[in-house]
Amino acid sequence: MNTPSPKISTMPSKPVKLRVIWLQGITCNGNTHSFLNDPSLGSLLECIEFIHHPLLPCSKTLKEVVKKLPKSDILIFEGAYRADFERAEIRMESLLMSLALRTKHIISLGSCASFGGIFKESASEHISGILFDKESESGPLHSLRKKVITLSGCPIHPKWISFVIDMIVQGKKISLDEYRRPKELYGYLVHNGCLRNEYFEWKVDSDHFGTKEGCLYYAQGCQGPFTHGSCNKILWNGVSSKTRSGTPCVGCTEPSFPRTELFTTKTYMSIPAEMPLGVPKRSYLALAGAAKSFHIKRLEGKLIDDNS
Amino acid sequence: MARPTKEERKISIMTKALELFSKEGFYQTTMPSIAEKIGMSVGNLYNYFTSKEMLAKDLILYIANILGEHIRAINESDRTTQEKIEAIVHMYFKIAKDRPETIEYFLRVYLSNREVFQNCCSGMICVSAFVTEMMIFFEEGVRCGELRDQDFFSAFGLFMGYLGGMVFINGENILSKPLEEYEHTIAENIYYALKTR
Ligand code: SF4
Ligand code: SF4
Repeated sequence: MNTPSPKISTMPSKPVKLRVIWLQGITCNGNTHSFLNDPSLGSLLECIEFIHHPLLPCSKTLKEVVKKLPKSDILIFEGAYRADFERAEIRMESLLMSLALRTKHIISLGSCASFGGIFKESASEHISGILFDKESESGPLHSLRKKVITLSGCPIHPKWISFVIDMIVQGKKISLDEYRRPKELYGYLVHNGCLRNEYFEWKVDSDHFGTKEGCLYYAQGCQGPFTHGSCNKILWNGVSSKTRSGTPCVGCTEPSFPRTELFTTKTYMSIPAEMPLGVPKRSYLALAGAAKSFHIKRLEGKLIDDNS
Repeated sequence: MARPTKEERKISIMTKALELFSKEGFYQTTMPSIAEKIGMSVGNLYNYFTSKEMLAKDLILYIANILGEHIRAINESDRTTQEKIEAIVHMYFKIAKDRPETIEYFLRVYLSNREVFQNCCSGMICVSAFVTEMMIFFEEGVRCGELRDQDFFSAFGLFMGYLGGMVFINGENILSKPLEEYEHTIAENIYYALKTR
């Protein structure tokens, strides 16, 4: 018996690409540049297509986007929000809202889009993130909060955005923290996985940038112990991180970013003003005092002694 | 009457040993003299403390805990920094008066025989309960703007050195008035030395 050969059903169907609009507010392009650094960008572009992107090839110019206000699967917003800031001669308050209403997912990309970031410093009362204004959830997309995924960072790590896009492409659930950041990426502290943890434990500090030895918490303002981010798990350029290479974490993923005096530790009578996240001051001081009482010779010397 | 637990026995041994140590000094006091004072055999004393050094270490932990608990209660109370200074000075002098052997031990045994404590109590480990509370006191004083920001040990030395010195002079019977009558002026001096300018 001849069975009819199944034709259409077994033909490998061309996967449908998710349609993405990349819109910029007030920005330095840092997240765009970071995105271009992703070595897996090529395979990512097989799953998504840009209706509009400020640098990459795309099907529509911003002017066309403004005219047609197309539907999309993902709206990526980079940069800080200001209601009267214009793109293609349209005020951001109407442009952002129109595109946000016509999309399924919104990615708030970078700390400016997420909390106001660096640009908020210039006109604090007028500039915010799209969902949050610093810690408060009072941005313009408040009514669409459920669509928003926050990817804070200055800039974001390219892997963080490809992770989120990949999860959306696969239709997987992304669990989020209080600022709607993916826990998979922001559940960790920068302190987790830093190569200097042993120095932190025994309170051996480094006074200079770029040393292999010593922790940067006491003398250089490292915010790793209270900053959420996987910088020491998903390494930058696949090789290192700020703290691994000897510069302090400046807390760029938090709503409090940017602080002032980034490279000094604020202290009150020699005691750090900010404790590692969730650690009571009393417990920390008792442990730190005990640790400081010991001298671990191995940790006081150079890891690699050029003279030996 | 219920038999005292091992912990309670230990504390009663420590209380007696404290008197001997603070009166006779560390080296003059021996395990047999402690046993004799308590009325127990030397062998039995070793069941509680494996050496004189271990007993001496437990004593300093015990005293630091007492001081620490008092200062913690003051830290957690609803007082201004100036009132906290008053309260700490008062507490310290009261202990020096009611239980002089405690402070004497601290000054004449712990601080004067560092070699004894070097192995088991390096750095601030054995006095951590007390020093931690002083850190919290200073940190909060600076944070709320009442005290001047400076190195912790400069401030700690000024405060505790002053109190220790006064108790020491008092012990030598040099003071013309009872120690508690100095409390207010001393607290005031400490406050003026440490407050924001
Ligand atoms: S350098 Fe920073 S992140 Fe690394 S151990 Fe020290 S405090 Fe933690
Ligand atoms: S180490 Fe800190 S400052 Fe640097 S990227 Fe990570 S979170 Fe931002």
